[in-house]
Amino acid sequence: MAEIVLDKVTKRYPDGALAVSDVDITIADGEFIILVGPSGCGKSTTLNMIAGLEDITTGELRIDGQRVNERAPKDRDIAMVFQSYALYPHMSVRENMAFPLRLAKVDKDTVTKKVEEAARILDLGQHLDRKPGNLSGGQRQRVAMGRAIVRDPKAFLMDEPLSNLDAKLRVQMRTSVSKLQRRLGTTTVYVTHDQTEAMTLGDRVVVMRGGLVQQIGSPQFLYEQPKNLFVAGFIGSPSMNFVPGSLENGQLSTPLGAFPLTDRIRSLVESANAPREVVVGLRPEHFEDAALLDDSAKASGGAFTATVDVLESMGSDKFAYFTVDGDTATSAELDELAADLGSTDSSDSGSQLVTRLSAASAAAEGASLEVWFDSDKIQIFDPQDGRNLTLES
Amino acid sequence: MSHTADAGAEAAQDPAPDAEKGKRKAVSEGKRAERKLGLLLCAPAALVMIAVTGYPIFYSLWLSLQRYDLRFPDQREFIGLENYITVLTNSYWWTSFGVTSLITVVSVVIELVLGMALALIMHRTIVARGLVRTVALIPYGIVTVVAAFSWRYAWTKDTGYLAALLAPESDLLTQRVPALAIITLAEVWKTVPFMALLLMAGLALVPDDLLKAASMDGASAWQRFTKVMIPVMKPAILVALLFRTLDAFRIFDNIFVLTNGAQQTGSVSMQTYNNLIKGLNLGIGSTMSVLIFLAVAVIAFIFIKVFGTSAPGSDNGGKR
Repeated sequence: MAEIVLDKVTKRYPDGALAVSDVDITIADGEFIILVGPSGCGKSTTLNMIAGLEDITTGELRIDGQRVNERAPKDRDIAMVFQSYALYPHMSVRENMAFPLRLAKVDKDTVTKKVEEAARILDLGQHLDRKPGNLSGGQRQRVAMGRAIVRDPKAFLMDEPLSNLDAKLRVQMRTSVSKLQRRLGTTTVYVTHDQTEAMTLGDRVVVMRGGLVQQIGSPQFLYEQPKNLFVAGFIGSPSMNFVPGSLENGQLSTPLGAFPLTDRIRSLVESANAPREVVVGLRPEHFEDAALLDDSAKASGGAFTATVDVLESMGSDKFAYFTVDGDTATSAELDELAADLGSTDSSDSGSQLVTRLSAASAAAEGASLEVWFDSDKIQIFDPQDGRNLTLES
Repeated sequence: MSHTADAGAEAAQDPAPDAEKGKRKAVSEGKRAERKLGLLLCAPAALVMIAVTGYPIFYSLWLSLQRYDLRFPDQREFIGLENYITVLTNSYWWTSFGVTSLITVVSVVIELVLGMALALIMHRTIVARGLVRTVALIPYGIVTVVAAFSWRYAWTKDTGYLAALLAPESDLLTQRVPALAIITLAEVWKTVPFMALLLMAGLALVPDDLLKAASMDGASAWQRFTKVMIPVMKPAILVALLFRTLDAFRIFDNIFVLTNGAQQTGSVSMQTYNNLIKGLNLGIGSTMSVLIFLAVAVIAFIFIKVFGTSAPGSDNGGKR
């Protein structure tokens, strides 16, 4: 168990490409930290640098206070789980898990004891003598975990360990990874591109983009106080809605209509020195079917009427999708998010909105609906640099 | 091959359903037509194979069972296994068999080690990859006889540059042990690139993640090589060894040019050539070629047995 410190760590490839730039992260002993971001954001490179599989160009990596930049992977005492599992195909499950111990010249009885212990924890007891080729994806994943835990390393590094599993198994394994980490209390760095995994697993989440750390914080904090447009759009599922807006005399005009800013937001925006043209972000759950609210509740927010494009009833609540006429919000960060999701530019006809309404709503596809939103929950961003103008300091 | 086997197995099962149901018969008739077509499509290839390999093999087998010396054609008669007794009790045969085995084992071992080293270098090369690979393959591209002559000139006393450099006083090609060493050297020089090429294909089968995982697990570079790389590429290594062993056992051209079999440096192929072509003894010569064929078959059989049982993932009993 150990504290891992990345101190202004930078990775530049020989061809000059900058993969990771000035990363500062202090990972506390026993912490479960998630590196998340779209592909190419430098999260795997960061993990490989901690592992020692890639050299650090500048900056310092310290494990337990000791500089380890120059140490070979085998001398860092950390274990890694790969996306491909990287199990040795010529060895049985038992031999795979015993491999690190045997290399460390641990005596035979201890090896047997530790392997059986790990097999018990991971429920692999009956598969110990099989070869990886004869195991299912979930079992292989557990063997890879087993190989990491037998050694009692200072830290676990996991590189998208669940992304080769099918959706149902992934959810199941997510819980077991979380339980296992809590049980062992080992410092863990986990890389994923899946924001759901990031939100559910980590003590803290590091959001990365283009080799830069965007924000570090607990999942809840990132959700409620995103530092910029990118984090706001990346964290949360369904993701935050963005519409363009313009500020004037405490009034905010958007395609959803014009409404006054609440006092709290007004003071935040003023102290942040906001520009006139902004991007307004609204989380899906801050909308509600206006018909379900009484007048006093309605008074504390704005409302608009639009036609429901698609309605998804989840049982516990309903997701209603709208298209709102008018301009769409534009910024470099939003474009990047859209590209990551693979969506070719939404549409020219207007902004797409996702709203989460309570199950009691009478919304129907194709019918128009009056929708209320909580104007105190909106977030306002600067379209130029993406910074959140409503951040509470 | 497998098609014929399947056909046989299915034909054996057919009669019972045929008797029971007419409907099944129609299905099996369709299948039978397909099988027939399959056999017909294989036939031309099979005929060519029989003509170019089957016929010579059986003809030499037939010749080996006769006393047949072109110098005394009148004495030709069927003598059963007598030629085999003559050859197998002859010390010349066993000497050349020993020489052949020695050259085979020594050269293949050296080729494997050097070939692996060369393969690793070519695999890891980042700059001028194509150039490095092309240069490494040059020896394999040179005609063996030409290369053998250049080795012979290099080692000839008084005129050869290698002879002058390493042993100016003695004529190495006329001494048994040095001559065998030079033959092995020529053989190794020629075939290391081929070995390296086969092994490089095997190296490509080792996933990078596996080596990364091994270094995370605490393996040194040597341990990664011996405990992960070699076992994973074992099938490729065995194929390379099989090819090279079969080839090396039939060594002829290097010996023919370098020593012509003098000082007991002749291989079994040299012996066969001497009896068959020079001595015109078709009976004895054919017997020797049959024996070489058998030896090669045994080597192949051993390799395929080993290969078949130890390929990773081949033990897929209870696959889920």
